[in-house]
Amino acid sequence: MRDLQNLSGGGLRSARLLAPLAFACLVTAYPFAVSDYLIDIGFFFGIYALLGLSLNIVLGEVGLFDLGHAGFYAIGAYVTAVLNTRYQVPVLVLMPVSCLAAALFAYLVCSPIIHLKGDYLCIVTIGMGEIVRLALINNPFDLTGGPNGVFGIDFPRVGNLLVVDSSIEYYFLVWITVGVSIAGLVSLQHSRIGRAWNCIREDAVAAQATGINVRAYKLLAFVLGAALAGAAGNIYASKLMCVSPESFTFWESCLMFCIVLIGGMGSIPGVIVGAAFISLFPEIFRPFAMYRMLVFGSIMIVMMMVRPGGFWPRKRGAVTLRPLMEDTADGAV
Amino acid sequence: MGLSRAHAANDTVLSTKGLTKVFGGLKAVDSLDLEVHRGEILSLIGPNGAGKTTVFNVVTGIYTPEAGEVIFDGRPITGMKPHRIVSLGIARTFQNIRLFPDMTCLENVMAGQHVRSRAGFLSSLFRTPGMRREEAQIERTAMERLSQVGLERFAHDLAKNIAYGSQRMLEIARALATEPRLLVLDEPSSGLNPKETRDLMSFLEGLIQNDDLTILLIEHDMNVVMGISDWVVVMDDGVKIAEGRPEDIYHDPLVIEAYLGRESEEG
Repeated sequence: MRDLQNLSGGGLRSARLLAPLAFACLVTAYPFAVSDYLIDIGFFFGIYALLGLSLNIVLGEVGLFDLGHAGFYAIGAYVTAVLNTRYQVPVLVLMPVSCLAAALFAYLVCSPIIHLKGDYLCIVTIGMGEIVRLALINNPFDLTGGPNGVFGIDFPRVGNLLVVDSSIEYYFLVWITVGVSIAGLVSLQHSRIGRAWNCIREDAVAAQATGINVRAYKLLAFVLGAALAGAAGNIYASKLMCVSPESFTFWESCLMFCIVLIGGMGSIPGVIVGAAFISLFPEIFRPFAMYRMLVFGSIMIVMMMVRPGGFWPRKRGAVTLRPLMEDTADGAV
Repeated sequence: MGLSRAHAANDTVLSTKGLTKVFGGLKAVDSLDLEVHRGEILSLIGPNGAGKTTVFNVVTGIYTPEAGEVIFDGRPITGMKPHRIVSLGIARTFQNIRLFPDMTCLENVMAGQHVRSRAGFLSSLFRTPGMRREEAQIERTAMERLSQVGLERFAHDLAKNIAYGSQRMLEIARALATEPRLLVLDEPSSGLNPKETRDLMSFLEGLIQNDDLTILLIEHDMNVVMGISDWVVVMDDGVKIAEGRPEDIYHDPLVIEAYLGRESEEG
């Protein structure tokens, strides 16, 4: 039995653990080896990874075309900005508040549109994202500062003991959040909730006929995705110390969409690869700024032709389920 | 023939009363009364467009009827959401197979256990011991269902990669994983070769004998209908035109005219 496990599960499993472990080491070591400028690029890589993970729940796991995700990101950022500058609520306290606010907004806005399919939902979410942005520009109740936005957001801090005010600290704040999110999302992938999400993506009618409450699980995906985008908004707002509507345009939603498509729908390593591409690409091509979008577009087209499933699609099958069966052996005791 | 399981009048699992479903100006189902008794195999037959699949879609909650009601186990289920109906104990398959193609066969069947499991958001997020135990149980049950239909060796293959006949059986396994008391099969033998059809028939016979299960099926293959049905209901143009034991239906002049007759002209 022991030998059999080593043969079938052991080798593959250690290979599957190796890649994330190596990546975690790289992420940890990176800021100690490079300049502040490169650390900041690493920070934005982390922000995009977080945004990609959040959209991946909606688009990747459930297959819902959401092109207004920047709206949730904006809500998170503005809740942090407004409550911190007006009422001096600490930024770290505002992280869960931003998550909840974005989640609540998603629940209210998505409830009436959740039954829409494919491109119809896509159009409505584009509208939703744009409405959020326009509302922010119009300065409702004198809260959002109009086109100028909100200035003077504090650092995340615990009293005066721990103040996140340097590039490297922000870098770790965002990557720890990414790490925690990945741990949670991997758990969900291997649960009945993740399974239900995937079933809906594969065939919503069959999912319904198999006993899955399609509406509830779609809403859960939106709410959870929005909450994560809200967290990203919170970190982003305190890093830049100011927020303005132009950071949350339709283009931003498109970038998140690209991250999930490039990486592979429903694949967490894929999201990381996609986020790396989106955030590092402009830096690498900075000297050729003129041709940047041309190259970017061409890469997207070639990518979709050569690997329509994404760069790193989620693998299913024997390998995926092996650890689960070993859980069984432990759990039975 | 399943003559031992008579169409006994006292133990109704599913009944419809005056069931009517209208699409635009077309009455797809016109005040249909149907009674399915516990432990029997009831076949719903009729020419194409007779409204059979519409009846299935109304019974399983995909459509809401314009009039009439559906009663399952003494409780009205008319207009209930499909997932509620599954949890009450009606499972179905589709005429054109609807699996979760990019998931493994095992995951397909595990999905059937969804309604029989509880783990919520937080326990799934933190993988509590209870959640792990339940997940292990789900996997065991799914594996049992897979071996029941003889597909255990494909457990970790993607559903889209297995043979057509196996996909049909996988869909049945997924339906069985919801632990139904009424199994609703929409043309289970379509696309199967003669041997697969014979295997399917003996499989369904075995199911009925061993479990507390009732089967309602739409079928075009007369060998299947005559071979395993305890009771046959014939529909044409949304109306029930005859019902009875298979051998009686086989000789009913009305049925021959509406259904069997037409087919023999073609052949």
